[in-house]
Amino acid sequence: MGGNLKFVQGNEACVEGALYAGLDFFAGYPITPSTEIAELLASRLPKTGAKFIQMEDEIASICALIGASLTGCKVMTATSGPGFSLIQEGLGYAIMAEIPCVIVNVQRGGPSTGIPTRVHQGDVNQARWGTHGDHAIVALTASNHQDVFAMTVEAFNIAETYRTPVVLLFDEVIGHMRERLVLPEHGEIAMVERLKTSVKEGVDYHPYLPREDGRLPMSDFGGVHRYNVTGLYHDMWGFPSDDSDVVDGLLRHLMDKIENQAAHFPKYREFYTEDADCLFISYGSAARSARHVVERRRRLGERFGLLELQTLWPFPHDIVKEKTAGARYIVVVEMNTGQICQSVRLAVSRPERVFLANRIDGVLITPTDIQRVIRLIYGKGF
Amino acid sequence: MPVKDYIRERFFPHIWCSGCGHGTVLNVLIRVIERLGLNKSDIVIVSGIGCSSRIAGYLDFHTMHTLHGRALAFATGIKLNRPELNVIVPMGDGDALAIGGNHFIHAARRNIDITAIVMNNRIYGMTGGQYSPLSGYGIFASTAPYSSVDQSFDVAELAAAAGATFVARSTTYHVNEAAQMIQKAILHKGFSVVEIMSQCPTYFGRKNRQGDAVDMLKYMRDTTTPIGSGAKGQNPELIERGVFVNKELPEYCSAYDEVIRHAMEGR
Repeated sequence: MGGNLKFVQGNEACVEGALYAGLDFFAGYPITPSTEIAELLASRLPKTGAKFIQMEDEIASICALIGASLTGCKVMTATSGPGFSLIQEGLGYAIMAEIPCVIVNVQRGGPSTGIPTRVHQGDVNQARWGTHGDHAIVALTASNHQDVFAMTVEAFNIAETYRTPVVLLFDEVIGHMRERLVLPEHGEIAMVERLKTSVKEGVDYHPYLPREDGRLPMSDFGGVHRYNVTGLYHDMWGFPSDDSDVVDGLLRHLMDKIENQAAHFPKYREFYTEDADCLFISYGSAARSARHVVERRRRLGERFGLLELQTLWPFPHDIVKEKTAGARYIVVVEMNTGQICQSVRLAVSRPERVFLANRIDGVLITPTDIQRVIRLIYGKGF
Repeated sequence: MPVKDYIRERFFPHIWCSGCGHGTVLNVLIRVIERLGLNKSDIVIVSGIGCSSRIAGYLDFHTMHTLHGRALAFATGIKLNRPELNVIVPMGDGDALAIGGNHFIHAARRNIDITAIVMNNRIYGMTGGQYSPLSGYGIFASTAPYSSVDQSFDVAELAAAAGATFVARSTTYHVNEAAQMIQKAILHKGFSVVEIMSQCPTYFGRKNRQGDAVDMLKYMRDTTTPIGSGAKGQNPELIERGVFVNKELPEYCSAYDEVIRHAMEGR
């Protein structure tokens, strides 16, 4: 146990999670507040024979990842707001070509260069809709280092299972704060390895023909099956097609595999949700302050609860709906102008009971900030 | 092997206009690969976007049709993780040098063992004849109806300055020479660039009154000359063909293997 106990930054917890998951290749570009991830991996990866490259920009980083993933590697990049904007182009390609990859965004303040060294959670909707065209996406987050580790591992598992990019939306506070991390033993967390095709050499392999369960077994570039990969709408051979049935079928497949399958397993944590009169919904570093308020209120005998989201996309409508059913008030605690609050309002019955407790000045939202909103809702005395 | 064994007949006919030079490059590339006796499963073709980039899908290798300008970045991820594969990146001039210009210079700088073939027809064909960074001053295009005031640059000079360790140029008129250049480039260990001047009679030729494909081929014959020829001395306007750079420098994948060795030894 002692050897597995570390005191680390969140960015380092992410690195440990990626290495645990079997990361083979990292491509990235320096950007605050994610840079430690690249620095640590530049040192750690070659020690295991894996590879690190610093590309000329984030566009190139995501492209290199996709190429590497096609050779059979588990791949990851890490960035922040402006870099995440550049990554959107390649992210769309990875969605279309169904390439497993993990993209970490340690959020800082935006828009534009914004406030590089301070915390915001303003990229939540960018993660959902940043790349053009209709599509589905998986985005996970975490509020503490043990969960940063676990969600990073989970991101690789989801990426491999559904052949999809997965976005890890951390934030500056989580990335730079230090706290304890217990590294799990090898094998303690189940890993999903890439599903490889069983089609033999010389037999026609269809890289984009889903099995009955919706999964697409892959064949590595350099292997016995030679096929085409494209960002255009494509048929089961991966060859460009503008046939309306092919276009319709592919887009539905890309949506369904995430919205209907991956959505079945949303990750979340809950604290006193069963009987909460006032339920907080929060995520990332903001959830730490929300939890603090909940614990304090509970000690006073007041029925406060917290639903901490870890899967942000696909948005866990059903869970939110179910957990908020009995609450009189729902307070979304986040550090933006209400990006998840919007989704919560769409998910719950009687959305007029949803309130936003936020902070958008680059400072971590405090329990006091949240208390002020509670006082507004409940009136004096709170 | 016959040429048809290297192509995916299922995906023909190709999309190129009649008289386009890109089919010639496809033919040359296949013949070089046959001559070198390369195994089809050891070749990866990575292309970007544009007329030239469709070359990838027609070839029966591992093929990847990527994003506009980004092919070399994708190829870098492939090559670094599977250095034993031959990675060839056919690109158009706009693809390689406008939107992809940054990736181009950094792939050259790293000296990663990839062969970039720049099929330079000095125009954006797929979108209908807009001027490219290689069109040059005084050229007519759909976005330069009064003629272009943009200067062009020389691909070979750019590649050499950026650090490519093999740089050559030929044309679709000089098919045997083009084949030699591509063959040398594939065999070269390091980042190699071959510019193949190619004709686009549909847009460049028509807008600039250069005649049909045959006229354009003759024009390339008459306006180019081998490096160091006497003709260049008499007419400095002539564009030189041949090998401009051929040198040895540490190749990126091999150099990174050294990094791994040091890291594993704890240094």
